[in-house]
Amino acid sequence: MNINLTLFGQLFSFGLFVWFTLKYVWTPMMGALEERRTGIADSLSAAEKGKHDEVLAKQHAKEILLEAKNQASEIKAQGEKRASEIVDEAKDEARTEGERLLTAARAEIDQEVNRAREQLREQVATLAITGAERILQREIDAAAHKDVVDSVANQI
Amino acid sequence: MAGDTLTSSEYIRHHLTNLTFGQHADGSLGIAHDAAEAAQMGFWAIHLDTMFWSFFLGGLFLYYFKKAADTVTTGVPGGLQNFCEWIIEFIDESVRGSFTSKNVIVAPLALTIFVWIFLMNLMDLVPVDVIPTIAGWLGIHFMKVVPSTDPNATFGMAIGVFGLMLFYSIKVKGFGGFMGELTFMPFQAKNPVVQAILIPINFLLEFVSLIAKPISLALRLFGNMYAGEMIFILIAIMYNAGAVLGLFGGALQLGWAIFHILIITLQAFIFMTLAIVYMDMAHSEH
Repeated sequence: MNINLTLFGQLFSFGLFVWFTLKYVWTPMMGALEERRTGIADSLSAAEKGKHDEVLAKQHAKEILLEAKNQASEIKAQGEKRASEIVDEAKDEARTEGERLLTAARAEIDQEVNRAREQLREQVATLAITGAERILQREIDAAAHKDVVDSVANQI
Repeated sequence: MAGDTLTSSEYIRHHLTNLTFGQHADGSLGIAHDAAEAAQMGFWAIHLDTMFWSFFLGGLFLYYFKKAADTVTTGVPGGLQNFCEWIIEFIDESVRGSFTSKNVIVAPLALTIFVWIFLMNLMDLVPVDVIPTIAGWLGIHFMKVVPSTDPNATFGMAIGVFGLMLFYSIKVKGFGGFMGELTFMPFQAKNPVVQAILIPINFLLEFVSLIAKPISLALRLFGNMYAGEMIFILIAIMYNAGAVLGLFGGALQLGWAIFHILIITLQAFIFMTLAIVYMDMAHSEH
């Protein structure tokens, strides 16, 4: 139990240990602890943010869905409208086409009538001449009375 | 266990003598052969056992903590890192609780004090004869394995803390502020003459309370550990007094050792806490 040089030996080693602890133990360990603490805090806040984002995303998705529904019904209405328009157009077109065909048929009929009338006229003329010839062969010289017969035939 | 040729008092004295290296009366350097020779060596001698064990234990502490610090990871910590972090966070909490200023040295100081003292105290739990007997086989006659039962060790640390207290007192408050704390408290007077009379009284009071801090710090630890060691030695004497007393001594030793676990931890904690508080007082203005 003598106080001696050991005192200074202990004092010195105490100082050495404290210095060593400060430099090589405490500083790196506390650094790591601090880093982990901030890391955990960051991930917690990130998780919180993620949750918040999820809520926002859900809301956004709902909005988009609603919009899509609206658009779809709009497109459907437009389509229906367009379809009825097309049907109407087709009806109009059919009507005009029908009229056109009718007109053309009528024209053709007129033409046929005219042609028939022409043929009839020629045949009547020929028949009349033939009939007249038969009658007049006996009394009229065909050559002498040709102008009279032609004028009659022309009157048809 | 104590050897058949030893009486009880010789056995006790043997256990309380340090392995002292110093200058003999005839002028030659060497190891003291008995307690009287060790005492005669005076101040210029050194306790090899105290130095060895304290350095060995301090080295153990620093080795493992350095190892943990070198492989430190911010991810999932391993077993050693976990253990070190547990102690470091405990110390950090204690420092935050008691120390209000900012100083990077206080927490490492507290950590060193706590773990080092704990390890030195822990040597008390090794049965008192084991290490001295092994040392005896190696030809070493004295071996005191608990460095904290050597007042040199406890005073060494207390003086270290005291030095830091003085240094930071003067650094924070200036020399004038530090002297003012010593002389203008606790009694103050408006009248300069009365104040002049009060200064020596204040100084006496404050100086004693200042000096009492390191002394109480050192003596508390030393006294507790020395007494504990002494009880272990006394219990060990019973092993030589027949089978019944020997068995009784075994039971006593177990009981005392279990109780002593509390004491060694508590003493390490008290030393650390008081060091933190003293450092806080050194930093705070009154």
